[in-house]
Amino acid sequence: MAVLLLADVNGGQLATDSVAKTLTAVAGLGEVHLLVAGQGGDAAATEAAGLAGVSKVLFAEGHDYCHGMAEATAALVVGLAGSYTHVCAPATAAAKNVLPRVAALLDVMVLSDVTAVVDADTFERPIYAGNAIQTVKSGDKVKVFTVRTAAFAAAGTGGSAAVEKISGATAEGLSSWVEDKVAASDRPELTSAKIVVSGGRGVGSEADFALIEKLADKLGAAVGASRAAVDSGYAPNDWQVGQTGKVVAPALYVAVGISGAIQHLAGMKDSKVIVAINKDEEAPIFQVADYGLVADLFTAVPEMTDKL
Amino acid sequence: MKVLVPVKRVIDYNVKVRVKADGSGVDLANVKMSMNPFDEIAVEEAIRLKEKGIASEIVVVSIGVKQAQETLRTALAMGADRAILVEAASDVHTDIEPLAVAKILAAVVKAEEPGLVLAGKQAIDNDMNATGQMLSALLGWSQATFASELAVDGDSATVTREVDGGLQTIKVKLPTVVTVDLRLNEPRYASLPNIMKAKKKPLEEKTAADYGVDVTPRLTVVKTTEPAGRKAGVKVGSVDELIAKLKDEAGVI
Repeated sequence: MAVLLLADVNGGQLATDSVAKTLTAVAGLGEVHLLVAGQGGDAAATEAAGLAGVSKVLFAEGHDYCHGMAEATAALVVGLAGSYTHVCAPATAAAKNVLPRVAALLDVMVLSDVTAVVDADTFERPIYAGNAIQTVKSGDKVKVFTVRTAAFAAAGTGGSAAVEKISGATAEGLSSWVEDKVAASDRPELTSAKIVVSGGRGVGSEADFALIEKLADKLGAAVGASRAAVDSGYAPNDWQVGQTGKVVAPALYVAVGISGAIQHLAGMKDSKVIVAINKDEEAPIFQVADYGLVADLFTAVPEMTDKL
Repeated sequence: MKVLVPVKRVIDYNVKVRVKADGSGVDLANVKMSMNPFDEIAVEEAIRLKEKGIASEIVVVSIGVKQAQETLRTALAMGADRAILVEAASDVHTDIEPLAVAKILAAVVKAEEPGLVLAGKQAIDNDMNATGQMLSALLGWSQATFASELAVDGDSATVTREVDGGLQTIKVKLPTVVTVDLRLNEPRYASLPNIMKAKKKPLEEKTAADYGVDVTPRLTVVKTTEPAGRKAGVKVGSVDELIAKLKDEAGVI
């Protein structure tokens, strides 16, 4: 049994946290080979080789594999899949784009957002926005799945795997990359941050979201938002925490002006400590919060920022 | 250009989901069902393309139980031109897996020859986020997932996608499969006259066997459980008390 793990690489940088957490999830399934794809990924391949639990790094240097383009990347993975019992990746937007395509080309089902690997054929995953957990057994020859990384601790470093350069199939002419609009930020990345401060509809405007950002910066935290806040244009889409956004499990999650819709709870209910600040004491968020403060966020949040 | 939109009948997003006592799945008997919200966005986008003169005809397809007819009528009332129902299950609790759905859709695409398939990025029941990508793979087409902006221009489409770090724009060759995200548009409500008119629009009934597709699941459900609950903690009276608790009791700051 061997596992092929497709690593997320963004602009030549290995998404180390997501890869390290996926390594923990699949640790019991056999030897793990990490696939790093894309021109300019040399440093990412070297870093990947140093992660504990990796026995080999496959580095596909082709230009076609840059920017996570689905058609070429899937063709590459399919070409390698014959040697593996499992093909997996962290459940990022990039992998969710590619792995279902891989699965269909292999004529197997895909399993998205796996939260537990029970055995080589059996997996747990949330359905209905996390309102139910399903355990499913796959009868397919190759198991193709993505891992919800918030459920796992990150594997350490200290590995010394060999890096093997490979080439593979591409997908000439189907699609091309135009541009990435990635907001530059000094804040920690949302899915790997120790502390997350999120704002909801209660924040009321894009300008007032600065209150949330100031508190986050004081705490060295990442900034999140509810779907309502993103839909209202108060915050960018990549800040969205929830079933259809990002799933986070930090040590501390501070929900400000967030009512606590099921879809939001699905994205943060595994946080270790949850704080809710909301002026509506009936808000469902208080049912999952360890510490609730019924207060007007426009006075409580600046006060908290000052006193920390 | 013909546009094909697959739509799924799912539990209404406002309904509280209940896990069945025997652990076999979620209780769907006598529960309000609606069109998957992401699919509504796909239908809306197809209608806007028709209003702009880019799409010539909108065909909606649903694969599942006979009752999915209602979902198709909703799409017709919004503005789709005709519908195809592919009956593949008799029990409302049977969820046809994305791979089988993609195979049936691939057969429908071969018969209908659309220039564009617009699909929801995921269904809110199984949350698999797979059918569009799988369909594109089976057809050997390009794909653009999680779209928040779509512009069709000649034989290509420019799509802005919601990705982890922000937004990504790609250009895909037509024909293509685009899966839509929440912020692409706001779907319209069907007006009463349009609901009446939709009853007269053509709805063709087929079965999975008509397309020669085996819908036997690849995954066996071992059990379905309620997620572990989280208990409400304590209410604090002031910001000072909150900071003290976080420092001394929880030790997280």
